[in-house]
Amino acid sequence: MPVIEIAGRQVHVNEEGFLTEYDEWSEEIAGILAKQIDIDLTDAHWRCIRFLRDDFKTAGETATSRRVQNVGGIPVKEQFELFPKKPAKKMAYIAGLPKPKGCV
Amino acid sequence: MKRLVVLGGGTAGTMVVAKLAKKLDPKDWSITIVDQDNQHLYQPGLLLLPFGVYEVSDLLKARTQFFPPQVTFVRGEIDRVEPDANRVLMADGKLLDYDYLVVASGTTPRPDQTPGMDDPAIWHKSAFDFYTLDGSVALRDALAAFKGGRLVIHITEMPIKCPVAMLEFAFLADAYFEKRGIRKQVDITYVTPLEGAFTKPVSSAKLGGMLEARRIKLEPDFVIEQVDAEEKKLISMDEREVPFDLLVTVPLNMGADFVARSGMGDDLNYVAVDKETFLSKKWNNVFAVGDCSDIPASKAGSVAHFAIDLFAENFVDYVQGKPMHHKFDGHANCFIESGKGKGLLIDFNYTTEPLTGVFPLPVIGPMPLLKESRLNHMGKLAFRWIYWNMLLKGRKIPIPALMSMAGKRVEPVK
Repeated sequence: MPVIEIAGRQVHVNEEGFLTEYDEWSEEIAGILAKQIDIDLTDAHWRCIRFLRDDFKTAGETATSRRVQNVGGIPVKEQFELFPKKPAKKMAYIAGLPKPKGCV
Repeated sequence: MKRLVVLGGGTAGTMVVAKLAKKLDPKDWSITIVDQDNQHLYQPGLLLLPFGVYEVSDLLKARTQFFPPQVTFVRGEIDRVEPDANRVLMADGKLLDYDYLVVASGTTPRPDQTPGMDDPAIWHKSAFDFYTLDGSVALRDALAAFKGGRLVIHITEMPIKCPVAMLEFAFLADAYFEKRGIRKQVDITYVTPLEGAFTKPVSSAKLGGMLEARRIKLEPDFVIEQVDAEEKKLISMDEREVPFDLLVTVPLNMGADFVARSGMGDDLNYVAVDKETFLSKKWNNVFAVGDCSDIPASKAGSVAHFAIDLFAENFVDYVQGKPMHHKFDGHANCFIESGKGKGLLIDFNYTTEPLTGVFPLPVIGPMPLLKESRLNHMGKLAFRWIYWNMLLKGRKIPIPALMSMAGKRVEPVK
């Protein structure tokens, strides 16, 4: 697994640039990852990211768009507005989590 | 006397009772299987029926003819399972107590889950699924009556039953309209929530190329918000629109509602299990096999078949307090019809994507992998006989349950 430096810290990523270690993520890193895919994080974005981070801890896998809607209470339509084109993948990328199962 | 109850008499449930009836002593075990009807449907045939390959009668047999004599068949609707009380409540009030439970209740297309999809103005009139017998028959008639226009082939959301079936449908539709001499009048678009034609890079490139060669347009990353039944178009979450004259869709697939009522399901009513042994993550006397579980493999009979080969042996050890030493690898082996009497074969598992090469033996094959051939098409047709006469009866077929790398090429296809 490649190691890259983000915000002065060494982090492990996979071939697509997704962080592979849950604990290497930070809010600062999230901001930088978001910028790389042209997203400025607002409170609404953070609601999704925080849900994904918390849910991963208990569920052991990345929430799908459907789960972010059903459990996290954020409609899929809104996810598309916040993270255009590929919300599930983009949210996971910024939250430092693996791509959700539905995308494999 | 120990009691094993199996919920669902489809492909997976039938194979489970066929295998376990041979392994569990009838003096010590009672085996009960539950289903709401006595009609076993050969689901791979639903893809070919619309093109006139099969009649309805080719695809149906009584479930009971595949259950070994010592198995009790309970016909009825399941209200819920009470996994903490080790019992199943039937809708008619009957109670089934168990020592071990195997859930094998499959997955079902749910057009009601997408706004507008099941609108009576279009459903089974100009919009069809084919993973139900009614849908498949209605689609056959609609295809025969189709004179040209926009054919849209659409997948709602993963996971779905048999992920390659929609590609096969696209290839077969292309060949079908060409044969009728109206291919030029039919505009075919393949609409998918995936990034490409299929789930994994090597096969996605190969199968995507096959769509292109057949002048079938690809609309990827399409997450549907609703079907506009009046104007006959699909609308995505990011407001793309795809108009259709004839829509062939795979609606959202969900596990059985009783799974949700029993508190045993995830967001799509799938039962959470260990992906190598199918033991429930929550209850140590509950297993889930076939399409109803949440294992990250294709929802397909071929996966269920390999899985149950291993499960049956593990189960016998498990009930004797021994460790389950077989670990399922997600093995799937699927024929893909490509039209004009040809087909492809893919063979893969949790960690190895479908590759090129030959199957099952290195160099001599004889079946080429991820490549069109007549032999693969013959394999697909021969499979119906194998299914009825070998798989459902729990007989061994000469393909190992775990995937083998023999004959596979690891360099990417061009």
